[in-house]
Amino acid sequence: MSATPAPAHQRATAESPVARIVLIGVALAFLGLFLLLPLIAVFAEGLQRGIGPFLDAIVEPDALSAIRLTLTVAAISVPLNIVFGIAAAWAITKFDFPGKGLLITLIDLPFSVSPVVAGLMYILLFGSSGWFASVLADQDMQIVFAVPGIVLATIFVTFPFVARELIPLMQEQGRDDEEAALSLGASGWQTFWHVTLPNIRWGLLYGVLLCNARAMGEFGAVSVVSGHIRGETNTMPLHVEILYNEYNFVAAFAVASLLAGLALVTLVLKSVLEWRFDYHRGGTGH
Amino acid sequence: MTATGASLGSTAIEGKLRSPARPYGKKRSIMPGFGITFGFTIFYLCLIVLVPLSAVFVRSAGLGPAHFVDVGFSARAMASYRLSFGAAAAAAAVNSVFGLLIAWVLVRYEFPGRRLVSAMVDLPFALPTAVAGIALTAIYAPNGWLGQYLEPLGMKVAYTPLGVVVALVFVGLPFVVRSVEPVLADLGHDVEEAAASLGAGRVDTFTRVILPAIGPALLTGFALAFARGVGEYGSVIFIAGNMPFVSEVSPLLIVTQLEQYDYAGATAIASVMLVASFALLLVINLIQIWSRKRMAA
Amino acid sequence: MKRTKISAALATSALLALAACSGGGKTKGEVDLLNVSYDPTRELYRAIDPGFATEWKAKTGETVNIKMSHGGSGKQSRAVIDGLEADVVTLALAYDIDTIAAKTKKLPADWQARLPDNSAPYYSTIVFLVRKGNPKNIHDWNDLIRPGVQVITPNPKTSGGARWNYLAAWGYGRKTGSSDAAARDYVTKLYNNVPVLDSGARGATTTFVERGIGDVLIAWENEAMLAQQEMGKGQFQIVAPSVSVLAEPPVAVVDGNAKKHGTQAVAKAYLDYLYTPAAQELIAKAHYRPRNAAVAAKYAATFPQIKLLTIDGDFGGWAKAQAQHFADGAIFDTIFAQRRR
Repeated sequence: MSATPAPAHQRATAESPVARIVLIGVALAFLGLFLLLPLIAVFAEGLQRGIGPFLDAIVEPDALSAIRLTLTVAAISVPLNIVFGIAAAWAITKFDFPGKGLLITLIDLPFSVSPVVAGLMYILLFGSSGWFASVLADQDMQIVFAVPGIVLATIFVTFPFVARELIPLMQEQGRDDEEAALSLGASGWQTFWHVTLPNIRWGLLYGVLLCNARAMGEFGAVSVVSGHIRGETNTMPLHVEILYNEYNFVAAFAVASLLAGLALVTLVLKSVLEWRFDYHRGGTGH
Repeated sequence: MTATGASLGSTAIEGKLRSPARPYGKKRSIMPGFGITFGFTIFYLCLIVLVPLSAVFVRSAGLGPAHFVDVGFSARAMASYRLSFGAAAAAAAVNSVFGLLIAWVLVRYEFPGRRLVSAMVDLPFALPTAVAGIALTAIYAPNGWLGQYLEPLGMKVAYTPLGVVVALVFVGLPFVVRSVEPVLADLGHDVEEAAASLGAGRVDTFTRVILPAIGPALLTGFALAFARGVGEYGSVIFIAGNMPFVSEVSPLLIVTQLEQYDYAGATAIASVMLVASFALLLVINLIQIWSRKRMAA
Repeated sequence: MKRTKISAALATSALLALAACSGGGKTKGEVDLLNVSYDPTRELYRAIDPGFATEWKAKTGETVNIKMSHGGSGKQSRAVIDGLEADVVTLALAYDIDTIAAKTKKLPADWQARLPDNSAPYYSTIVFLVRKGNPKNIHDWNDLIRPGVQVITPNPKTSGGARWNYLAAWGYGRKTGSSDAAARDYVTKLYNNVPVLDSGARGATTTFVERGIGDVLIAWENEAMLAQQEMGKGQFQIVAPSVSVLAEPPVAVVDGNAKKHGTQAVAKAYLDYLYTPAAQELIAKAHYRPRNAAVAAKYAATFPQIKLLTIDGDFGGWAKAQAQHFADGAIFDTIFAQRRR
């Protein structure tokens, strides 16, 4: 962990130890103030009456059904976005075509659409005065205010994550590896599976984890299309809101801590995996 | 309108830059899978993003131009755009500075707990926005953990526009760090060494050599953080105070319109926001593609 | 190696999806009833629902699962309009149910005449919640517009409860000044003392109680009593103003949906049950004012006597009040447009 003493010639390209410490200090202070403090606040509020009420809040039936729904929604939306992300990144980075900038921007677009609008769109499409209302009524299908609507809203919100992660990575790696494999007679699928995938696996994993974390944590868009039926269409973030609105702050923050904990575990897991496989995107030295 | 113009512009840029220096155009034929991946990308994009978004525009078009302007550009709506776009820009600027610093520290320095810190940067992606809003309010309210010390200094954070900025800093930070980090990591030391051997000081090297190289990535991070901030709702409503003309963000105004069953009015405001964000993202992506090609050439 | 990992990940997701999809499925002799309600009734229906389920089981042998959905009244009504298939709605104000009737035709326009007491089995009013010892000496509406008094009330455009608050204030202003101009002047001064405009009633209560903002919270009586009881006993006290408004949160069967689900009988029985002495007792315990005379007499000491204005008598009904005060560009909006200067 200790920094290796810099050779004399490197001194020109590195900061003095004092500057380093100051920079690290400022960065950590900023992170502490804006990220760590809210996180601590969540756990502190959840645990303020001790571990018992904290656990009770999590194993309560409505909380369990919220957890189950959240996992279901993530399990459906994340794989779909993985397939999309890989396809989009492949098309964008391995080929030249006009309007690429436009396409990338359209992929980014869900980042900038307000969650409120994201939910509203699906109401305009599938609500009872929406475009597809009569079709749905004929089939007796419920999309908004039911699980399908929640899944759609989640897919929309997490849409860019995998693609956004893969595009710069694959752009940087270029096409030479794939072209070599193809010229040696590999099929397209083999090339992807044995050449591309190993190259992008960390970026992919990272994108998937982010996508998953966001899918589990989405609040605004899901809130619009959920219907808030207790034990049925409440995801974990919505359950947190309900508990909070019931002045049940301990339980609200307990469930919120669980969400934050899940996210932290996945993020730390990713770091550990990276480290174990000794993956350095640039590392500290060379 | 915007879209067509931009797509033409992008075509022109791509055409000009497909120079002999990067002759992969002719090798294109051996790379398989364009049809299926491109087709699927477009199909999925239409299904999930374009068709639903078009519903918003179609609904707002039902207002007619005069009424659309009345609702979409009313004094109150303008005040909310100023706040939403202004606070998002301020937060993205703060994040650009500190996000770059954090990325720098994470990439260049080795210190205990570096990996943990690195993992934590993504927290805002994962924490539900409503939870973040509640937690930030609890911290910055006048009786909160930090608020109680800021209040006597005359600094009000919660329930003011400053509170909006704080929430958006939280929400947008990972966009900047994650955009800049890989580019910074890839940046070899040789350029810096060359600069240093030519007698450049450390600060000079940073502003003349490093900053231009990571500029596009930083810009992307800024744009994403900004775009995300403009639309943010969940975390903001708890901390903003929500006073019309002062601390009311545009997404809240959309909700207000919805409460009156005025879907057309709500979609009018949404359309204005969407077009503005889209135009901004597009410009930045084009700058990025352009500078990438220029650097490669 | 990587392949196994990725397929393992995919398999896990598929398994999770399956696990989550199983479960559910109704057996015969069971019926689901969806009650779409507003925020402050959570505790109320949690207390009432089991009693009704027991009674219905005894009467018909059928097990009824009452599913609850809570949220802001306007948002909930919009969800029902957009397709949330509520069997019964129990909302904060008649206007929200009127809108459902007008937009979906799933219940008749005269729905409010179908049950006693304007279809409101419980009612409440608007009171003040102040901090312990009443440090700002607040006793009536005129104390709220004194300089230096901070008033917490949510935004009437996004909160049903806040509309009652606003109308109560308007009623006071008009009564003391005996003109609409005086009322407007009073309400303008009142909102000039508001530092935070939450989007919902519960948000406003949290701002006042948890965040320590403001000197007085204007709230439903039932919410004020609940907040006093749930969040720090003895830290707050209720002040009853000289005049307030009769706040009637009405209930209705959404016939169109109930017919589709075959729940008409149970839905009607559910709402009728709200008027029984047993339910009225729970209503009083949940700090709502009961309609049943005997129960009301029993709890008379709990609820102070206040002169109550009515929507229909004093404001010309919800449609008129909505257009005059809360629509886009109406009085509430102009108050804030002026305040900007």
